[in-house]
Amino acid sequence: MSTPFKVLQSKFILLPQCDIDTDQIVPARFMATTSEEGLAHAFFYDARHDEAGQKKSDHVLNVKDIADHQILVAAANFGCGSSREHAVWALKDFGFRAVLTPKAADIFKSNAINNGVLVIEIHQAFYELLSQNQSSSMTIDLEKQTISLLGAGVSTFQVDSFARRCLLMGTDRLGYLLESLPAIRAFEAARRLNSTE
Amino acid sequence: MALTLFEKIWNTHLVSEESAESPGILFIDFHLLNEVTSPQAFKQLAKRMIPIHRPSGALAIIDHSTPTLPAGIDGRRPYVTRDAENQVITMERNSHEQGIRFLGWEDPLRGIVHVVGPELGLTLPGMTIVCGDSHTSTHGAFGALAFGIGTSEVAQVLATQCLLQRQPKTMRVLVSGSLRRGVSAKDLALQVVTQLGAGGAAGYVIEFAGEVIAELSMEERMTLCNMSIECGARAGIIAPDNVTFEWLRNCPEAPNNIEHLVSAWVELKTDNQAIFDAEILVDANVIEPMVTWGVTPDTAVAISQCSPEMDLDDPRRVSLDYMGFKSGAAMKGQRIDYVFIGSCTNARLPDLRIAAEIMRGRKIPPHVTLLVVPGSESVRRAAEAEGLDEIFLSAGGEWRLAGCSMCLGMNGDLVPAGKRVVSTSNRNFIGRQGTGARTVLASPATAAASAIAGVLADPREFYS
Repeated sequence: MSTPFKVLQSKFILLPQCDIDTDQIVPARFMATTSEEGLAHAFFYDARHDEAGQKKSDHVLNVKDIADHQILVAAANFGCGSSREHAVWALKDFGFRAVLTPKAADIFKSNAINNGVLVIEIHQAFYELLSQNQSSSMTIDLEKQTISLLGAGVSTFQVDSFARRCLLMGTDRLGYLLESLPAIRAFEAARRLNSTE
Repeated sequence: MALTLFEKIWNTHLVSEESAESPGILFIDFHLLNEVTSPQAFKQLAKRMIPIHRPSGALAIIDHSTPTLPAGIDGRRPYVTRDAENQVITMERNSHEQGIRFLGWEDPLRGIVHVVGPELGLTLPGMTIVCGDSHTSTHGAFGALAFGIGTSEVAQVLATQCLLQRQPKTMRVLVSGSLRRGVSAKDLALQVVTQLGAGGAAGYVIEFAGEVIAELSMEERMTLCNMSIECGARAGIIAPDNVTFEWLRNCPEAPNNIEHLVSAWVELKTDNQAIFDAEILVDANVIEPMVTWGVTPDTAVAISQCSPEMDLDDPRRVSLDYMGFKSGAAMKGQRIDYVFIGSCTNARLPDLRIAAEIMRGRKIPPHVTLLVVPGSESVRRAAEAEGLDEIFLSAGGEWRLAGCSMCLGMNGDLVPAGKRVVSTSNRNFIGRQGTGARTVLASPATAAASAIAGVLADPREFYS
């Protein structure tokens, strides 16, 4: 169960590189944990720190106040590569609640929904607009499926209806599946009968 | 209605169909677990007192955090950190408590999950297979629908043996011609990924088909399906045929009634009139040994070619600079420091044989570090029985215990910052094999030839 996501008003941080993979989001050495908590430190660690382990003063994720910037805007194919959910745990722990990108990787999208993080696949033109208005604030209304960008009007977005419902209500997908256990057991029983084994 | 192979598997595993409001519920036959992406799932279920639905549907193996150097004289394994050791202990405890079969240190069958499942005959045609690891696509080589999942989904499968899924689109990659000598399934995979782009197949399940695919061995098919995720595909799949059935007949844990099953498995193929959402054609005749110049797997060029010409303000400059390559420079002859022969992509017995054939009687130069890591302990024993370990050791390389090792460097097998490594693994991402490490992806033959030459080399020049 995660906190319901209804309306989010925030500024955003832009990462303009294409194909940002989950190894960059959380380097493998930070995955040697049995907890999903406390991963903010690992978030883009190698990009945010110098060789001596000091925070780089010029990296966008170190410069901006995350409390005011809860939306991450990234170039296409964000979250590609490894299936590590650690990438979403770290992103959330760092303070982000939504990711806007022209294309998000499949497994990353599932992981995000499972953690109450909204991923919106935006048109390339809207991505370009955002990259030219990086200091703007925006309001994401998940109920109405709109994004209003200060000074640039309101646009609508598409999102999977089930993902939307889960986010709006904070629905637990595992709980949803558990409710289907009778149907699952019936399926298993029918399969055994039909089995050629 | 004519169906694709994917649709046949999908349809027979749907507990309930999807609608506009809800995704479908897909039944999972076989669930592989590793020590890195499962502990939080077990913890979540324990906290909510949710039982494991079908422990016999899972197999747990340690491979990511495991050291590849043997235990010391005190019997202790050289774990990179206590946290890494704790993951292994946690996996063993969780499996034991839940009645899940566990392949640990003492088990002679241990290895990388995607090498072990097929080796034992547990990966079967027509199955649905998942694992908290993106390279689960490997198992598609057997005509199974196999894909990587996150840890929340690992918990969902443990609790219900099912996943909530929207049906992906289908793409056929049709490969014509034939692969020339010195050109392998890895080179084909790099060609396909480069042709499609790093996100080019997102949302699709790829079926690999065509005369070249029919000629590939099971190991080569696994290499190809393994790399499907590198163009963003949900899964890669190849229709089972006599090559598949012959492999399974020789597996220690394949079902007893295999001939009966084969008579059903022959139907697991795409119908003639079936329609794919997308299709691309690949001409195998023109593929050469491939190497990557950038930091995504879709940056492969032939070893005889140059890195792309690019202006100073070209956005691709970032990757080229990271790799330490110049614009428009010949790939062949570029200096290297490390060679890694291993991973779920290329660490099966034929991969090691190909590398050993090139390295036999030759030595690597002093500036090169060579690590050879078999994909499983079974592969290790088979390679040692053939004397392949001696060839690598005599050449000046290291021969290790099975595991994921330097592919992702979780266990401490790392490439130092700024060093260039030729790797038979699957990802050349920034920092993947160590902070600042520069990865060139290549086939086992190209990696072996480069190890000997001390620079990026064309394996075809090493054959008489």
